[in-house]
Amino acid sequence: MLDTLARTSRVAFVGNPNCGKTALFNALTGSRQKVANYPGVTVERKEGQFVTPAGRQVTAIDLPGTYSLRGRSPDEVVTRDAVLGRLDDFDRPDFLVCVADATNLRLILRLVLELRSAGLPMILALNMSDIADHRGIRIDAEGLSRELSIPVVRSVAVSPGGAAALLEQLDLALARRPAGQAASWSERGAAEIRDAHHAADAMVARFVGTPAVSRDISARIDDVLLHPVLGILILLSVLFLVFQAVYSWAGPPMDMISAGFDSLNALARQTLPDGMLASLLTDGIITGVGSVLVFLPQIVILFFFIILLEDIGYMARAAFLMDRVVGGVGLHGRSFIPLLSSFACAIPGIMATRVIENRRQRLATIMVAPLMTCSARIPVYTLLIGAFIPRRTVAGLIDLQGLVLFSLYLTGIVSAFAVAFIFRTFVWRGKTEPFIMELPGYKLPMLRSVAMGVFQRALMFIRRAGTLILSMMILIWFLSTFPAAPEGATDAAINHSFAGIIGHALEPLLAPIGFNWQIAVALIPGMAAREVAVGALATVYAVGGAALSDASLGATIAAEWPLATALSLLAWYVFAPQCAPTLAVVRRETNSWRWPVLMFVYMMALAYGASFVVYRAAIYLGG
Amino acid sequence: MPTLPDTPPTLVKLGQGRRGLRGVVREVGSAAPGVPRTAFDLELEKRLLEIGLVEGAQVEILHEGFIGRDPIAVRVDSMCVALRRREANAVLVDCAAAVPMTLAAE
Repeated sequence: MLDTLARTSRVAFVGNPNCGKTALFNALTGSRQKVANYPGVTVERKEGQFVTPAGRQVTAIDLPGTYSLRGRSPDEVVTRDAVLGRLDDFDRPDFLVCVADATNLRLILRLVLELRSAGLPMILALNMSDIADHRGIRIDAEGLSRELSIPVVRSVAVSPGGAAALLEQLDLALARRPAGQAASWSERGAAEIRDAHHAADAMVARFVGTPAVSRDISARIDDVLLHPVLGILILLSVLFLVFQAVYSWAGPPMDMISAGFDSLNALARQTLPDGMLASLLTDGIITGVGSVLVFLPQIVILFFFIILLEDIGYMARAAFLMDRVVGGVGLHGRSFIPLLSSFACAIPGIMATRVIENRRQRLATIMVAPLMTCSARIPVYTLLIGAFIPRRTVAGLIDLQGLVLFSLYLTGIVSAFAVAFIFRTFVWRGKTEPFIMELPGYKLPMLRSVAMGVFQRALMFIRRAGTLILSMMILIWFLSTFPAAPEGATDAAINHSFAGIIGHALEPLLAPIGFNWQIAVALIPGMAAREVAVGALATVYAVGGAALSDASLGATIAAEWPLATALSLLAWYVFAPQCAPTLAVVRRETNSWRWPVLMFVYMMALAYGASFVVYRAAIYLGG
Repeated sequence: MPTLPDTPPTLVKLGQGRRGLRGVVREVGSAAPGVPRTAFDLELEKRLLEIGLVEGAQVEILHEGFIGRDPIAVRVDSMCVALRRREANAVLVDCAAAVPMTLAAE
């Protein structure tokens, strides 16, 4: 009996997108949150704990924002099914807190009317009521409460104590031990949506005093930020700033992480006796995980900006400005930022596609994200361009090496658009999705919320590096290490390993595109991450096991490879899916092996085709 | 709200409006007479309604995109909605019914 009384109440927070629901959730739960996925879908499941003033334990659930219970996207399906108690492994909430943007009540009132058929007791929280006050919007909360027969309270998520009234009402309501009733919800047709709108309008007319519509501050900011010329210039400047930050701010911590892993490696080598265990720990785990974790600073900085811009309300504007640019190939305006993030690393880019509601557009964005030139390709490009492309200027002022690098980037972008277009045309046969999106009012960012968001992303990335990526690294290490070189062998040990065997076996297949066996062997450990191939090439060429420096590796391959081979390898690296962690993340984000397998196959095919054409053309032209 | 019996000349498709167009929504999800509505049209109608583009709503085109003036940003009562012109064409706006913006001259 005591148990049932002390039972934790489950309170779900629902509301329109951009109503400040997550801010309110964060204010109540603080750091006592758990972020996971709902079973079977990659929709974030955010739960947190808090205690009410009367001492009641509450589990708060932050459900994805929605305008209705129709479930048009995976996120919205989760909200609907959670509220209706249809989710597996998820207990139906006892209570709903419907969070409203007090400056715009119309849409939430319609949702409240629809939520009533879910059969759960609820409270309406008029959030951001400070902003509403400031704008002279007067809400008769008591009148609304009588009309809706539910408690209506004011809340200000961003100020301390701003949820006091909500907590008080929650205590009162929970004390009555609310019992949910069976849901009587059914999908609304257009006529019912209209009726609900008119009912909501009538309520707004009765209980909300709105001053005559004025061009509020957001509209005035938009005059600049959505200006056809100025807006684009500002967007480009913002992107430039973000990129500068990702590359320059991330430099020192990245160096520290790699130095840290290097010294960890050295320490492990010193303390452990030479042997399999030491090799597994150093070459396999430490090097492998280190080569992925080194991207953590870039990911943290990138997500800091993404979440900050989203919080301010700028992301929707960026999507507006870029919609026509990416919309032509079937992507969504919101695809733009994930694609851009992929220039740093495809992994955060793919993780950032969660902002795209539509499944098809999200999948298309995920599928083309790795075609964007990520920073792990730079060591490979630098090595090859430095060794093979002469340092001279074309047409008097363009640096030839820079020109080659630029064209590699451009090829990646153009092919990403082409692949997205092919996806839309052939895989989804031209089914398009409407682009309708609220442009939320600008808000000052809540640094606490931003920090928590960044922290959660970083944790997600580290968890992945620690599980799926780690096991792939161990597999690649295993392939590169076993079987060991026979006694007295003078060449590199990797030659005798499975990677060597596979590389040698692949050689005839790769000969038409100009790859020698050294390259073929280096590509196997290079699956761990693109830049690992540079180290692997050094290992293969370092006869007797002595490590070569990058500069001498450049000299070695410049002497040994024809130009056509180098160009072919450059083309290969534009397209080839030489990154097991990316494939692992795609598996996680799509919840199926189908997409990573399709990605692997199509990128391999593109890589082989491109290398073949480049190699043959270069030979024909006398390379 | 019923469609007006005889279409006044002030009725325009939202998707064909230019920046500054103001009016009141008269019809959502309209299709050319005799043309059967597709599943896409029906879905579009519901989405437009859900975001507040409903008969009687006050609208104003605030911004246009830089390529082909597409998409458009529309004030719908007290909120701002971005949508492509193609989608906005399903919304008929009566410009004559626009309430003058009292604070436009502030």
